[in-house]
Amino acid sequence: MAAGAADKVSVLLPTYNERENLPLVVWLLVRSFETSGYSFEIIVIDDGSPDGTQEVAEQLVKIYGSDKILLRPRAKKLGLGTAYIHGMKHATGNFIVIMDADLSHHPKFIAEFIRKQKEGNFDIVSGTRYKGNGGVYGWDLKRKLISRGANFITQVLLRPGASDLTGSFRLYRKEVLQKLMEKCVSKGYVFQMEMIVRARQLGYTIGEVPISFVDRVYGESKLGGNEIVSFLKGLLTLFATT
Amino acid sequence: MTKLGQWLWGLALLGSAWAALALGPLGPRVPPPCRQVLLPLPIYLLVAFGCYSLATVGYRLATFNDCEEAAAELQEHIGAARADLRQRGLRF
Repeated sequence: MAAGAADKVSVLLPTYNERENLPLVVWLLVRSFETSGYSFEIIVIDDGSPDGTQEVAEQLVKIYGSDKILLRPRAKKLGLGTAYIHGMKHATGNFIVIMDADLSHHPKFIAEFIRKQKEGNFDIVSGTRYKGNGGVYGWDLKRKLISRGANFITQVLLRPGASDLTGSFRLYRKEVLQKLMEKCVSKGYVFQMEMIVRARQLGYTIGEVPISFVDRVYGESKLGGNEIVSFLKGLLTLFATT
Repeated sequence: MTKLGQWLWGLALLGSAWAALALGPLGPRVPPPCRQVLLPLPIYLLVAFGCYSLATVGYRLATFNDCEEAAAELQEHIGAARADLRQRGLRF
């Protein structure tokens, strides 16, 4: 399959204690890019993991080459937003993919993101768990209910024009992501939500691709009371300020 | 305008229209059968919206896909990745 010669995808992988998963996700990324034929680079932003993530990342550089795998570590855990800013400084692609390094996002969807981007010349393509064949694996009923409920309230209050606001598997045009990073201030789940809301405000177009999200903590809910409270706070802040 | 502003604006508009018809100056000119419907209308709308919300969330909850095949496929891919990486000399 021939890809646009000028297109290059930079994948940003923020990691913290992903020694087990990083080689696997990199292998899957390389394989899916080799299949689809797009040029790519993988930028690993490790926040000083104590488990040796960086050591395994160095091995991956030896295997795949320093033009494909770029290590841009930071000394300590500094949060997701700044990890993207940090990684983006070193990105040479015209598209940037952000995804989780814990295997909950399968790299096979990136080719679909690019296809979708071409189809509508979108500024952002967002993976969605809530549409079409999209879905989740490893969530119990309570987790699903919270997710669906929170999504409904968000849709009613913000009318964002995208179905999955808290997902973190997306493709951005590089300049669009740069612009959005200047505007967004929230953290955690709310950060992903703010990116979409600000994108709408700035008039960017958003395409959606259904994805399956395979949770690594099978059956167990990672969503605590604290996270729900901070989500609601963030939601109301966006409601009142955007 | 913020989303909060849009909501307040919309509610104020609907609210004042309702108040003018049901309680206020236009009240006497509305035929009595209509007024009887008009008075509890906000409550009806609220209840209807609540029902709609519950039904929507319930339906979406029931139809939330369980990606069993995706999980199985991932396990398969993980196995292939491990084997290939080992062969290339990666120490896990």
